[in-house]
Amino acid sequence: MIDFTSLIVAPPELTRHAAALLVLGPLVASCAAALSPNGRWAWIISFLASAFSFWMALALTGEVAREGVIVYAMGGFEPPYGISFRIDWLGAMFALLLSSMAMIAAAYSGYSLNAEILEGKRTLFQAGFLLCLAGLLGMTSTGDAFNAFVFLEISSIGTYALIGVGASRDRRALPAAFNYLILGTVGATFYVIGVGFLYAAAGTLNMADLASRLPALEESRAAEAGFAFIMVGLGLKAAMFPLHGWLPSAYAHAPSLMNVFLSATATKAAVYLMVRFAFDVFPPDSIIVERFMIWVMAPLAGVAAIVCSTQAIFQTELRRILAFSSVAQVGYMMLAIAVASGAGIAAGLLHLTAHALMKAALFMAIGGVTLSVTGLRLSDFNGAGRTAPWTMTPFAIASFSLLGVPLTMGFLTKWRLIEAMLGDAYYWAVAVIAISSILSLFYVGRMLEVLFFQPAQTGKNRIREAPLGALIPLWVLTVATIWFGIDGRMVEYIADSAATAVLGGVE
Amino acid sequence: MLETAASLVSTTNPGLVLMAAGIIMVFMRGFAPRAAVLVGGPVLALATLLSSGAWGVDLATFDAFGLTLSLYRIDSLSFIFGLAFIIAAAIGGIYSLHREDGVQDGTGMLYAGAAIAAIFAGDLITLFIFWELTAITSVVLIWARRTPRAYAAGLRYLIIQMTSGLLLIAGAALYHNATGLIVFSEMGAVGELPVVSAIDIAEPGAWLMLIAFGVKAAFPLAHSWLQDAYPNSTETGTVILSAFTTKLAIYALARGFAGLDLLIWVGAIMAVFPVFFALLGNDLRRVLSYALISQMGIMVCAVGVGGELGVNGAAAHAFASTIYMALLFMSMGAVMLRTGTTKASEIGGLHRTMPYTTLFAIIGGATIASVPLTSGFAAKSLTMSAVGYDGQMWVWLALLFAAAAAVAHTTIKVPLSAFFGEDRGRRPEEAPFNMLLAMGIAAVFCIGIGVTPRWLYELLPYRDTALDYLNHDLWTPTHLVTQFQLLVFGALAFVLLRRYALYPETTPGMLIDSEWAWRRAAPSIAGALGAALMSFERAFARTARQVGGRIKEHLVQTFAPARGVSRRVPLSSTAIWSAFLLAAVLLIALI
Repeated sequence: MIDFTSLIVAPPELTRHAAALLVLGPLVASCAAALSPNGRWAWIISFLASAFSFWMALALTGEVAREGVIVYAMGGFEPPYGISFRIDWLGAMFALLLSSMAMIAAAYSGYSLNAEILEGKRTLFQAGFLLCLAGLLGMTSTGDAFNAFVFLEISSIGTYALIGVGASRDRRALPAAFNYLILGTVGATFYVIGVGFLYAAAGTLNMADLASRLPALEESRAAEAGFAFIMVGLGLKAAMFPLHGWLPSAYAHAPSLMNVFLSATATKAAVYLMVRFAFDVFPPDSIIVERFMIWVMAPLAGVAAIVCSTQAIFQTELRRILAFSSVAQVGYMMLAIAVASGAGIAAGLLHLTAHALMKAALFMAIGGVTLSVTGLRLSDFNGAGRTAPWTMTPFAIASFSLLGVPLTMGFLTKWRLIEAMLGDAYYWAVAVIAISSILSLFYVGRMLEVLFFQPAQTGKNRIREAPLGALIPLWVLTVATIWFGIDGRMVEYIADSAATAVLGGVE
Repeated sequence: MLETAASLVSTTNPGLVLMAAGIIMVFMRGFAPRAAVLVGGPVLALATLLSSGAWGVDLATFDAFGLTLSLYRIDSLSFIFGLAFIIAAAIGGIYSLHREDGVQDGTGMLYAGAAIAAIFAGDLITLFIFWELTAITSVVLIWARRTPRAYAAGLRYLIIQMTSGLLLIAGAALYHNATGLIVFSEMGAVGELPVVSAIDIAEPGAWLMLIAFGVKAAFPLAHSWLQDAYPNSTETGTVILSAFTTKLAIYALARGFAGLDLLIWVGAIMAVFPVFFALLGNDLRRVLSYALISQMGIMVCAVGVGGELGVNGAAAHAFASTIYMALLFMSMGAVMLRTGTTKASEIGGLHRTMPYTTLFAIIGGATIASVPLTSGFAAKSLTMSAVGYDGQMWVWLALLFAAAAAVAHTTIKVPLSAFFGEDRGRRPEEAPFNMLLAMGIAAVFCIGIGVTPRWLYELLPYRDTALDYLNHDLWTPTHLVTQFQLLVFGALAFVLLRRYALYPETTPGMLIDSEWAWRRAAPSIAGALGAALMSFERAFARTARQVGGRIKEHLVQTFAPARGVSRRVPLSSTAIWSAFLLAAVLLIALI
């Protein structure tokens, strides 16, 4: 078995403060990027900062493996008076996922921004990107419910701006960003109202304290109302059906870099908070959590998996197909989480990881040919696989993973999903996954047919390969998708540990 | 060093060897390198298979999903199927040499490799993994024709094949959940008899797996993908497709469900019903596709009878039919290549310029009709005897009917329509040498096994039973006479159908003397029944199209961009939804 307890990558002084440095790195670098002289410098800063975060995440993982839970008091003020970061296996898993995806996206951004963003705006773009990363990492590592709201807002503000920048390629990015701004604010407001209710009921904002006080407040109306507000608010951010209205446009019209980064991380961080609140802060066996999972989350997730897969089939724009497929895939994750057993949560988290890898690769491949493809419609990509095989082969492999073809990570996670649902006798959920898988065959088949079997465009419209700077991160993702599909023990171990940590508290 | 290499070879699934060759094949250009890989791959796979260490043990395992997967396990049942597949892969490779298409060559070999790897899979998960890979790789062979029709057929094929995979994995998961077993070929000690009927039909999930196998085996009502996809592939693609998918399903059925009574009846229906479509079909590759289904029916029947004789029969028939169906499809592929069509109404009289292809088609036809001294006789006799000993009178008659009909719809009709019959003025060239060579090799197998059946019988799963049958039953005069009678009746049926203009095209000079009139009734009933079935199928297809069209229209109305649920959602509606959802959650929380 993989042994994380011997994972020591940083000197002890750094490791001791890794939890803070994880978030602080990109936050500080974001200012540096904004002040840097040109886009190239900003890119280097951005890459180094996200690599630094990844390094700290690895250091944290080793610590978590040794100690179980790390509580880091900000500025030495112990909770409940100070704000603490609290990282367990679940937090470590998200720190690893978010920072590694950010690192890959940052590597890709050098090429992608040159292709899509005006020189004058690149430094600010990188600053926004780092701000967004800092916010997401903060959300997943803080141990304070209100602090999570602050980080949620930091990441959202970065995201709104970066989606809007897409207007240079597609004017519809502006209304999309505005929509997301309004709805994101509604979601964040719901969340903060919910936190307010909890504070009123339990008298603390610290998640660990909340967790110890809430079981005694089983009958408290305020705590129950707080739960409802928090779940719906986060559901909006996580694009839970039917609150996903903002997502397709936001994904489809944003710049390629944001397609990649958003699809891999943004909704995932909200899913993290949902899991954290539903199973860790609130006692998982409380009536309200159980009812919410069975009567709200599971049915909505099931409907999402089927309806949004069908919607994806009928879309005409390539990015919108992928965006609708994302909503459907979030449905899979929520369906598994709603099963609410250790196996279900582990399977959901595993699928979340697989989905981050494959969707990032899919959007990266599309962004890779964006220099030579002017249109957005599916037919504008006719024969791309023939003239740009190095860019489109990863697209094909990632879409196989989306289908759950054996030897890709998508198969491993789909197997775990089905196993978890069978284990808890959720037979209808297995049927939903099966139907949705068949539906996804249609839209994936359509994309692959256009990319590989349509005659290639020639002359001035010829689709050219992505440059090396985009191909390397793309292939890293592709190799990871296949690697974890063949030997997924490492990610499985992390996901299982995360599920145990969130359900059983400290191991 | 040498020892490690030797142990590596003896523990590598031959299918993986072929798949590796397939990946290399994609990048091969030029005749000599392509020939080297196309023939070298199967030869290497064969060497790997023959050098395998021991039978009946796990030669390679792999830990995943918290289970120990058995990647490579041989016994006498999988050996003969694996051998047939390797031979078919080599023949298909030689047959494809004349045209340079890295994608088709590569995926063809990947497909063959996946099928072989599936044969040697020791557990259900490994089986499923390669099961799905055969679906994905084979669809490329259909799409490679690059027509919209082929694309649509390929997509339909892929969806059905993937559904079969989903059913298999769902069944395996349920089965594993209930029994804790994942082993597909739980076997005794080395060298003992193979394990068949490994799956208990009463366990949960077993039905799902049976249906999954049945879809790939083209069970009645699940068969439409076969005659839809195969004729739409390229001339080389059809040959390769015909060899693997369905035989893999027969193997899986024999391994999992041998002796299941239901299969006897399914097999009997499957053997009989395609006969009518084959008799009346015009596209000869479609006719052969129906003939293939009918042959599969006989195998399914043998599996259903089970026991040593039944399993032997299914294995022998699968081995022989892999080769003779490939031979028939190859002869039609050559016609396709040279004339661009295989419609009976557009070709004819090709024997003048394609004499060798004609000869090979006749040999293939003779083999499917089980003429003594062909492999068909050696193989099908086993099945017929198994059913006969089992005392299933009606089933035996049904198989007899299917066998006689094969004489009419394939043995006589195919060569007659394509190579003799009415001369339509086409004077195409003879097929390229590599095609002739591939057909020649297949023909040698057909006749060689027919003349010395011992060669095949020695390889059968239950060797002693097989040799016993060879020594006492195969060459008895009654058996031979029965077989010749069958051939005569089959020929007769053909002649009568031709006479009464039930075939799509008529040829002058085929008039029949009136003394045969008393036999009219039977064939006309057959013809009428066939015509009725045909029109039923047409009506069914029309209704399905209409219903499908209407459903599609509704779906488009609902889901298309800018319509129904897919309109760009105004943010107010999402906001209202979130308020609504909040109310719902509060409601369930507070009651």
